[in-house]
Amino acid sequence: MTKQLILDNVTVQFGGLKAVDGVSTAIAMGERRAIIGPNGAGKTTLFNAITGVVMATAGKVVFEGEDVTRSPVHARAAKGMSRTFQITNLFPNLSVRDNMRLAIRGLSKAKFSLLGRPELAAADDAEAERALGLSRLVGRSDTLVKELSYGEQRQLEMAMALVARPRILLLDEPAAGLSPAERVIVADIIRSLPRDLTMIIIEHDMDLALGLVDWVTVLNNGHLLVEAAPADIRGNKDVQDVYLGKARRHA
Amino acid sequence: MSRDLASVPAGAGPAGPSAVALTPARLIAIAIAGLALVAVPYMLPNYYVSIATQVLIFAVLAMSIDILAGYTGRTPLGHGAIFGTATYVTIYWSTTLGGSPWTGMLVGVAAATTVAAIFALLAIRTSGVYFLLLTLALGMIVWGVCLRWTSVTGGENGIRGSVRPLFIATHSAFYYLVLTAVAVITFVMWRFVNSPFGLTLRGIKDSESRMRSLGYNVPLHLFIAFTVSGFFAGIAGAIYAMFNSFVSPSTVALTQSVAGLLMAITGGIGTLFGSFVGAAAIISLENFVSSYTERWLSILGLMFVLIMVFAPEGIVGRIRMILARSKG
Repeated sequence: MTKQLILDNVTVQFGGLKAVDGVSTAIAMGERRAIIGPNGAGKTTLFNAITGVVMATAGKVVFEGEDVTRSPVHARAAKGMSRTFQITNLFPNLSVRDNMRLAIRGLSKAKFSLLGRPELAAADDAEAERALGLSRLVGRSDTLVKELSYGEQRQLEMAMALVARPRILLLDEPAAGLSPAERVIVADIIRSLPRDLTMIIIEHDMDLALGLVDWVTVLNNGHLLVEAAPADIRGNKDVQDVYLGKARRHA
Repeated sequence: MSRDLASVPAGAGPAGPSAVALTPARLIAIAIAGLALVAVPYMLPNYYVSIATQVLIFAVLAMSIDILAGYTGRTPLGHGAIFGTATYVTIYWSTTLGGSPWTGMLVGVAAATTVAAIFALLAIRTSGVYFLLLTLALGMIVWGVCLRWTSVTGGENGIRGSVRPLFIATHSAFYYLVLTAVAVITFVMWRFVNSPFGLTLRGIKDSESRMRSLGYNVPLHLFIAFTVSGFFAGIAGAIYAMFNSFVSPSTVALTQSVAGLLMAITGGIGTLFGSFVGAAAIISLENFVSSYTERWLSILGLMFVLIMVFAPEGIVGRIRMILARSKG
């Protein structure tokens, strides 16, 4: 399989702290990958280095054969990287419809139309409706985002990431803070993604994460601890150590 | 201060396509406003026609400020300088250089747009109070140049000279020309803020980081918005040259930028049309109150405080909120 995203010795340093320390891995086209690890392991920082929200202080990020280590966020988005945020990051004072319009026009020239009509082209509109349907938000188009429930906002995050026509989708704890019923919806949305779309997911809920992916990367203290198939992760001693603590396992 | 200004709530207009749709109620409101404006020269003496003309010109300046303050969330304090640049160039071109006033206006608008583009390059990477202060400082530079470059600008004496062609020499003829121009400009600005590009500005106001991750080059969008805003401020300044036939450093001074911003805020930030109400309120106050007392600036200040306390969303913003509440 071709490697779509290659991380080569990626390091992110904040002052004296190495939040991500020499992580190397490669993600194949169409692969589903989970990044797990305890709090402070560097998962979100690694996402930020991949998408350009922070710049890697050392190492390389190569996306589809191109070194994007120094590219700004919007340029990486233009190459097909789409992400959701751990803390909901939407346009709260705009309607669901306008949020979707912004998501779908991010990579099209239509965003520079200074005097054009605000409506989406018919094909884009159909795609937005499809994504809203997938995210269980049909009929909510006119609602202001700040008036949506938290769960609906998370669903909208997914819908927006989807209509941006990504080549790789990075989901940062999409189910964080959701009720069990809402988690099921999010898992369903992820399962219904096109199978050729590459996806990386950060998730604390191991059952959710391991049920969705082909391969798992475990981070601890900024280092890559282990990489394995989901079935092998649960039994892995190193993973149990970082999650449960060495002392407890030996006790 | 800028945080407060930047966070002035936008008019509570309904979201989605309804914000743009011309509902029967809106068409009736526009028709009544239009008829009232057309009737002004028939109903009022020349003095008031002249004030109405001034209101229309300054409403365009206030709307240009609203594009930035209301739609991108960045409150500028340098638009008086951009406006005044167009006034200076128009009058200089048609008096000192002896050119056609119409060409002078075109050159004036081009000069103002260029000044805005330079301001934009320097200011767009900042926000909040830094943006406010940087635009203020840039405006002060323009004011300093106009004051000191005596050989061209006439220094403190300014430049005097009638720019207005004969066919619009009367108050009412000039008023109708300005009314027609402002109607067209307002329509274009309304289309602009409701365009796909206008939506990107509201997105930037809400979440810059999300805009970037969706693929938007945020500084580029702000640069275009600032330059377009300066273009409209320049049009207002060029028309003002015809209206006033005189320009001096006070035209590009900070008070001009502040007046424009106050008009936008009084009418309602993010409502666009509120600028007409704000310009009418402040210019009327300036003219009528100052005939009774010399303390009109104090009254202006008091009015501003009352608006910020009781209706921070501005007059039009408050009316929209009340209408939305009565519907819902």
